[in-house]
Amino acid sequence: MTRLRQLASLLKGDPSADRIVPPTGFTAQLTVFTAAAMAFLGVFALALSLATARLADRWGQALAQSSTIRISAPADQRQAQTDAVLRILSETPGVASSRALSDAEQRALLAPWFGPELPVETLPIPQLVEVIEEGRGYDAEGLRLRLQAEAPGAVVDDHTRWRRPLIRAAERLNLLALGALTLIVLTMAAMITLAASTALAANRQVMTVLRLVGARDIFIARAFVRRFTLRASMGAAIGTALAVLFIALMPRADAAGGFLTDLAFSGAGWLLPLLIVPLAAFIAFWATRHAALRALKEIP
Amino acid sequence: MPWGVTSMAQSEGSPVIELSQVSYGYDGRALLNDLSLTLSPGSFHFLTGPSGAGKTTLLKLCYLELAPTQGRVTAFGKPADQLGRDGIAQVRRRVGVVHQDCGFLDHLPLIENLTLPLAASGQDTAEFAEDLRALLAWVGLEQRATALPPELSGGERQRAALARALILSPDVILADEPTGNVDWEMSLRLLSLLVELNKMGKAVLIATHDLNLIRQAKSQVAARVLRLRGGQLDVAGADL
Repeated sequence: MTRLRQLASLLKGDPSADRIVPPTGFTAQLTVFTAAAMAFLGVFALALSLATARLADRWGQALAQSSTIRISAPADQRQAQTDAVLRILSETPGVASSRALSDAEQRALLAPWFGPELPVETLPIPQLVEVIEEGRGYDAEGLRLRLQAEAPGAVVDDHTRWRRPLIRAAERLNLLALGALTLIVLTMAAMITLAASTALAANRQVMTVLRLVGARDIFIARAFVRRFTLRASMGAAIGTALAVLFIALMPRADAAGGFLTDLAFSGAGWLLPLLIVPLAAFIAFWATRHAALRALKEIP
Repeated sequence: MPWGVTSMAQSEGSPVIELSQVSYGYDGRALLNDLSLTLSPGSFHFLTGPSGAGKTTLLKLCYLELAPTQGRVTAFGKPADQLGRDGIAQVRRRVGVVHQDCGFLDHLPLIENLTLPLAASGQDTAEFAEDLRALLAWVGLEQRATALPPELSGGERQRAALARALILSPDVILADEPTGNVDWEMSLRLLSLLVELNKMGKAVLIATHDLNLIRQAKSQVAARVLRLRGGQLDVAGADL
């Protein structure tokens, strides 16, 4: 609460303390620009992080709740084995439903590779059975053993080998986005510290005079801290607004849409970028305060 | 009224600033050597000596801008080395200093330079508007309140520096060559201001090499003249 009161008093300001430090155009512009650019990138990194989290979740759920049984059997045994597989699946706990894919569906699956005119019925293509799972799914090993006995041409593909690398890739993308966000925060802190240090060095005479007339370090630091906090907040607000506008104008995800078109916020997620402005203010507050108090230690 | 009230926080005779067996040097060169000085309320001292003797250094030790390499500085009864940065700031509010270069902020008008100590001590400068006008009139600068420091003459700057030193009604006034850039008439005027303050009970220490000013002062106030030579302080006699 003390810190909150400090921040509130800082934002309220002290006109006499504000005027003591002369305006410095270059560092003012640098701080506003840096905060705006970092907030802009921060919003995108946040959107990327949320999108990859959603993607990993979607891939994980979609693939975890379904599996495929491939039946490679001679033509005269194919229907019998398909019926046996469907019967076994109907008796297997954890299976919500199962169905054999029609020729048209199998043709549609192969169309991207062989074209739409593929004569599926004349080719020795395995019969595919789609299995939708429920609850914690079925016992894959038990099902394999049973199929081996009653439908020897059936092979269970529970999508694990597809799912794992996809989820891992999505999780790494998420980690990358969070890493980018952390780097953005650190870069913003470094740039504001640099700008504040430049302003402090340029105003060493002001600080010296203030110390000699009895000013406490915190009074002198406050004059710089408030200025940089307000500039960073203003820059962050501009950068955040622009980034949110860009994201809002991006095309929405649809059936044909991929990962990139899903780079957006959803629902209450649109409020998350608003956190970037107080975060920038907080970073500027601490970066400037730290730089000012360190610079003041060199003045008797 | 901050500057007009005689603040006698110390008991009568108890030193406001005390230097005990203080030495100071830099780059291996000893500038001040084992000297002692006591400034008591109502005392008036001149500090004289050749250029480079260490007069400004001695004043800086008094207002804690420098720390001695040996010995002890005590301000208002507290050892300086135990004060901490906030404690030093508190002491400086009770010590009015007229710096040789005046130490103004050139981007602020004179009136805001004068109120810097008030702002720095967290006081609302608006509450002292009347007192400020009186103070400016006292140093003859009421028409120059909005002027920027570079627009002021040497004499005006010196008087303004004196006004700023008094704004918090300090217990002691340290002045470093306060008449260095002004003509004789202005020197006498500044001196009479300092004498007047001393009569209010404030301790005054003036570093100067202007012997005429010292002679003039001795006719108005019981001033003690200290001579700084070879790093040592001695009391000047009739040879002045």
